[in-house]
Amino acid sequence: MAEDTKHILSSFEADLLRLRDMIAAMGGLVETELADAVKALLNRDAGLAAHVVEQDPKVDAEERAIEQFAIRVLALRQPVADDLRHVVVALKMTTDLERIGDYAANVAKRTLVLNQAAPSYPLASLAQMSRLVQENLKTTIDAIGEADPVKAVSVWRADQMIDDLYTTIFRELITYMMEDARNISACTHLLFIAKNLERIGDHATNIAELTYYAATGENLPETRPRGDLSTSYAPSNSK
Amino acid sequence: MPMPDAVARVELAAEENEIATPRISVRNLDFFYGDNHALRSIWIDFLNRQTTAMIGPSGCGKSTLLRVLNRMYDLYPGQRAEGEVLLDGQNILAPGLDLNRLRRRVGMVFQKPTPFPKSIYENIAFGVRLHEKLSRAAMDERVESSLTRAALWDEVKDKLHHSALALSGGQQQRLCIARSIAVRPQVILLDEPTSALDPISTLKIEELIEELKRDFTIIIVTHNMQQAGRCADRVAFFYLGELVECASATELFTAPRERRTQEYITGRFG
Repeated sequence: MAEDTKHILSSFEADLLRLRDMIAAMGGLVETELADAVKALLNRDAGLAAHVVEQDPKVDAEERAIEQFAIRVLALRQPVADDLRHVVVALKMTTDLERIGDYAANVAKRTLVLNQAAPSYPLASLAQMSRLVQENLKTTIDAIGEADPVKAVSVWRADQMIDDLYTTIFRELITYMMEDARNISACTHLLFIAKNLERIGDHATNIAELTYYAATGENLPETRPRGDLSTSYAPSNSK
Repeated sequence: MPMPDAVARVELAAEENEIATPRISVRNLDFFYGDNHALRSIWIDFLNRQTTAMIGPSGCGKSTLLRVLNRMYDLYPGQRAEGEVLLDGQNILAPGLDLNRLRRRVGMVFQKPTPFPKSIYENIAFGVRLHEKLSRAAMDERVESSLTRAALWDEVKDKLHHSALALSGGQQQRLCIARSIAVRPQVILLDEPTSALDPISTLKIEELIEELKRDFTIIIVTHNMQQAGRCADRVAFFYLGELVECASATELFTAPRERRTQEYITGRFG
């Protein structure tokens, strides 16, 4: 790592710092979007959910701004070594961050629909899963800012727990639906919300992998922890 | 979908790496300009049919190493090399070595074009005559093939007997490359061959290097990082007379192992 040594060309140094700040700002935006979406879901807060949906275009705009700036740095500075890795990784990360924003907005949209009916199901597991996802996302954003491969690896490993919880919630919701057909509509929305949260965890893992590569120049192993067993789950198997 | 050229080239180079053999092996080389210890314990292989770029700040020893590889330093008193430089297994530092023969096998092109004040034809033929006796027809053919290989034939075929000094800088440099390959060397040393050229002439030389490496071992000293990345299979970074790191161009410019390499190529050198 050569972060502690400055570029001879100060404008290049300034460009790289600006790119890092832009990524950090987009990360912060997405983190807030997810936190608000989860809060709106758990508190049945329609106003906050609507706010999250309104905020999403800001994330998209930030993605485009970062892309344009990174392309400019590539064209004008021709970075190499760790500089090159950071610019290329910034380009790829924005896509993951933008997708996380989309999933958070989806959670908010479904919250608005769920709020139209009285709650008939506990949200404890979903609350636990969303807390883990938020923690993971926060660690990821910190890892980017600090170019910290150790934090990146911790996110990469922690995704397993989120996948396990998703599988549990999947089973729970199927059970609620089987118990009472009137739960199907709400539980389907919750199922999608759980899936959105699980996907956010996957994108955080992608970002962690990118952060690790940017910091070390090496790739994490291709097979990352995967624990989503819901695809192998069928109601008849649960008996 | 066809593979992009750049990717294909990288993969080809990787493939060749596996079968490439060293043309030159430098073993524990030290070099002195009088009391100045300019190169320290250098170990490096220059692989057959590959381009190796040597980079590093001024005074790091890269040009010195180039000058050792054809015993150019012998022209100056007070300079000496210790260790071994094996060209196809033969130590070229050994006393009694035929220097003319060595310099035919290891050609050199300098930073500024150095055409002889003679005709274009004579620039090529002069060196060939020192080593071979060719008939007029064979010499004509050698001149044409050398100029063709140096991508200069089409531009000069109608003025072969005009002065070489009337050519542009880029053309003169390609003439020097043609002159160097006319004697059928095994290794071509290029000492900042494009630093005095405009960008288009530079690209023509780089294209030529790509072409020539099919038959020769090419070693180029350059201050231009992008140039090293564009034309070299392997890149060696020198600092203060030491070889810090030698790796494939892809590895060195994306994930160098040594901190000093990283600081130098990214422009953080203080």
